[in-house]
Amino acid sequence: MKVSLLVTCLGDALFPDVGVATVRLLRRLGVVVDFPEAQTCCGQPHFNSGYHEDARDLARHTLRTFDNGQTVVIPSGSCAAMIKLEYPHLFHDDPVWRSRAEDLARRTHELSDFLVNVLGVEDVGARFEGKVTYHMACHLRGLGLLTEPERLLTRVKGLEYIKLERADECCGFGGSFSVRYPGISGAMVQDKAGFIEKAGVSAVVATDAGCLMNIAGCLRRRGSSVQALHLAQVLEMT
Amino acid sequence: MNEYARHEHHDFLNAAQQALADPPLQAALVRLTTTLMAGNRRGYAALADIDDLRDHAKRIKEHTLAHLDRYLEQLEASVQKHGGQVHWAANAEEGRRIVLDIARQTKSRRIVKSKSMTSEEIHLNPALEAEGLDVTETDFGEFIIQLAGERPSHIVAPAVHHTRESIARVLSKYSGETLPDDPQSLAKAGRRLLRQKFAQADMGISGANFAVAETGTIVLISNEGNARLTTTWPRVHVAIMGIEKVLPRWIDLPVFLKLLARAATGQPLSVYTSIITGPRRAGERDGPEEFHLVLLDNGRSRVLSTPFRESLQCIRCGACLNACPVYRRIGGHAYGGVYSGPIGSILTPLYDSVADNPHLPHVSSLCGACQAACPVKINIPHMLIGLRELQTQEKGKSRWEKLAYRLSCAVLSRPWLYRLTLRCARFVLRPLAREGWLRRLPGPGAAWTAARDFPAPAARSFRESWGELR
Repeated sequence: MKVSLLVTCLGDALFPDVGVATVRLLRRLGVVVDFPEAQTCCGQPHFNSGYHEDARDLARHTLRTFDNGQTVVIPSGSCAAMIKLEYPHLFHDDPVWRSRAEDLARRTHELSDFLVNVLGVEDVGARFEGKVTYHMACHLRGLGLLTEPERLLTRVKGLEYIKLERADECCGFGGSFSVRYPGISGAMVQDKAGFIEKAGVSAVVATDAGCLMNIAGCLRRRGSSVQALHLAQVLEMT
Repeated sequence: MNEYARHEHHDFLNAAQQALADPPLQAALVRLTTTLMAGNRRGYAALADIDDLRDHAKRIKEHTLAHLDRYLEQLEASVQKHGGQVHWAANAEEGRRIVLDIARQTKSRRIVKSKSMTSEEIHLNPALEAEGLDVTETDFGEFIIQLAGERPSHIVAPAVHHTRESIARVLSKYSGETLPDDPQSLAKAGRRLLRQKFAQADMGISGANFAVAETGTIVLISNEGNARLTTTWPRVHVAIMGIEKVLPRWIDLPVFLKLLARAATGQPLSVYTSIITGPRRAGERDGPEEFHLVLLDNGRSRVLSTPFRESLQCIRCGACLNACPVYRRIGGHAYGGVYSGPIGSILTPLYDSVADNPHLPHVSSLCGACQAACPVKINIPHMLIGLRELQTQEKGKSRWEKLAYRLSCAVLSRPWLYRLTLRCARFVLRPLAREGWLRRLPGPGAAWTAARDFPAPAARSFRESWGELR
């Protein structure tokens, strides 16, 4: 099987290891990965802030970049949700771009969705020693991926899975929200970090660069020794 | 300014900050929302067909709103057939005047009220009191906040911001005795004080959770029994409801009865479901002599014709408040409107003004927990984004923000420029980082680093590693 990787702008600039781990993991499972180099940002920040003309420009750029008919895999729930749920909506009154958007929406999968529901794999042959907990990214709820990451994690050898208190509560990132309301966002991520520390784990796993930068940044500020890892980084280890 | 939402200019940032720095409020919010959200999930999980049921409820609401004129006229005719009187209030002022006129005509001096957000919306109590009428809220939570001179901070738990200690203080001051602060004593005292008011009341004012057009029936959902006393004991019963609460048929009702209490608290049904069709009939021993139904528009028909129509499907269960991680931390008063939480962040800008409530559409991380909890699956995140879009089209909107987004879009649609910008950002930021993390960001990013570190751009981006990976 051949797929195109959409690594996301945050992943590209801030967490390149996540992209590398995704590529290695997919290759180990026999998937051929390419990386269309024209990709930049899906336009979600612009869409969420109400700048829909800008969002449409970036959506068109992304649609052109991933125009080869191939399955697209994204190690991020929020960018996958942008493409799957919002692109068709953005072009609701533009038949040509709308059908291109719907086509890409159908072909696009968040990483855990691709592994579990497309490849049909839960045990990816990974080994990771230690206690691990999992924070559910909000957009996985929107995509209906309520159990996939947990199913993948619990099959990892050596990994002791600890459930996180209020695991599906937002970590307080929310893009511009965290900059506009640092007090509220800060209180949310401090609570999240507190629950993670209480879980007594060596690592917390998330599926989005946004959650990771927020949670890891807060754990660091608190002087915590818990590592924040992307799902791909755990699944890639053998 | 429309009086729908606010009494005065509201400083959101300050109010939110105060709420965050109020430990008893924080504890009360966590306690309440955790309990109610657990109930919401349990309640939904108990029904195998919950998803279909919620979709069905949504379709009933969509259909009703598409034919609202027809169903409201049918409701009017049905209420009149059973001896009730129907009044149409175009706005808050008309709503207040109608109730005052009824009080005057029926020579009502003493009024008891059961919980009604719609009456809060038109600021009914101050208007009645200004005419010298004695008004008593009889929902225990509403009674407390009436005595304390406050407004509800939650749609179904109006006094959530109070503790038993503060409730004891408020009730003791009112009754002139020193009440102990255990819940049983307080409930007992409340019951005793309110019974006197019920016994003396000429008029009872209620809201209406639903009104069935086919039968002219109004339905009240409550847990304390005060709604039943309010609507049966006094001579006159006035029910005030927003026009969006009408349901077409009697058989539509159970769909919503199944959902409302489950969504709000997890109860299969609330303790009391009061079903009222007209005033007391010949031969009946209980019930009021007169029944009046006030149908309030107050901006609803305007919203009906906008892309925000879906907000009119709301059945005021409060589930989105309980689910919202922002509401859980700042509480209801910080929102500044009658309705708070995610749904309030839509209703207040829509009915008051978008320009006067600039923060509300943004006070959400768009996490979607509200929509997941909503019994009619209202797409609240989408409507918040829609309001943000309206803001970007307003004249007063910061030109700098618009320019920044435009500029970033220009960069991001050109891969070479994106690569160049990324390299510049790395060149500036990496030397400031320790182990790849920044303790303080410059400019608007400084807000981020108040609570957490920020990751510096990596030494090599993914696309720079791709050559080797390939």
